[in-house]
Amino acid sequence: MSHVVSAPALQPAIPTVIPVREILPWAIFGGLLAIIAVYFVGAEQGALSMFDGMYVHEFLHDGRHLLGFPCH
Amino acid sequence: MVRTLLVRGMLVGILAGLLAAGFAYLFGEPQVDLAIAFEEHASAAAGAAAEAEPELVSRAVQSTLGLFTGIVVVGCALGGIFGLAFAYFHGRLGRWSPLLTAAVLAAAGFIVLVVVPQLKYPANPPAVGSPDSIAARTGFYFLLLGLSIAVAIAALGTARQLMARLGGWSAALIGIAIYAIAMAGVMLALPSISEVPADFSADVLWNFRAASLGIGAVLWATLGLAFGALTQRQLTAGRGR
Repeated sequence: MSHVVSAPALQPAIPTVIPVREILPWAIFGGLLAIIAVYFVGAEQGALSMFDGMYVHEFLHDGRHLLGFPCH
Repeated sequence: MVRTLLVRGMLVGILAGLLAAGFAYLFGEPQVDLAIAFEEHASAAAGAAAEAEPELVSRAVQSTLGLFTGIVVVGCALGGIFGLAFAYFHGRLGRWSPLLTAAVLAAAGFIVLVVVPQLKYPANPPAVGSPDSIAARTGFYFLLLGLSIAVAIAALGTARQLMARLGGWSAALIGIAIYAIAMAGVMLALPSISEVPADFSADVLWNFRAASLGIGAVLWATLGLAFGALTQRQLTAGRGR
């Protein structure tokens, strides 16, 4: 995994500061996806339910408890 | 550049999730099993005719595939956001190496997203917590989580404004003090929830909560250290040793 490829000269160094306008679209989109992911692991079919049934709740049950989300 | 950092964050997040899930399997699952045994014993004693609820998902799946799926998905999501946060903060906190920026960000993430919310509303094993209060408990938990993030961002903004005048050390201490005092106030204002059954084992409760904090520690330590190491290597490589 950590085989060192001889440093390609083309690879740019990280610029000292990345402008906000380059980060913002990623941040908004990524933030929305992250919220949905955390919602499904942390709360779906617990306090709130988008889908009927308990399958999501039961499948993710142990992770939900151990990650500290209120489960049931 | 942002793309590289986002992808790296998600991949390191998956790795962090796998390690945290392994930790959860070794140290958390035994406590979950003990809590479920207590739950079944209590409902049997209460005379609920030993009519086992039909299992949608077996314990074997819950404690392996379900556990790993949940923690790895959260790890990947947090890792992606971590990568984007790194993209923003790198170079904006002073002349810090990628290694240091990633480590400090991860430590802050662990405190703001895990430790502080759990001080007020700690993780609960099965059998602890009344089903009637799940909506309120979930609401207060996410409210505290959201306030912790908002207060941390506000405190950081204040600290960065003070940095030019007071220097990094004093500005950082003032930022930390603002966060600590504001969160103490928030925690005093929010209602306390204590629904632990009187005869629930204190050992199991403590071990479960310690395991839960341990999962967060493994997740954030991996995220911060592995992301920092990979980004540091890329930076030095880019400069052409």
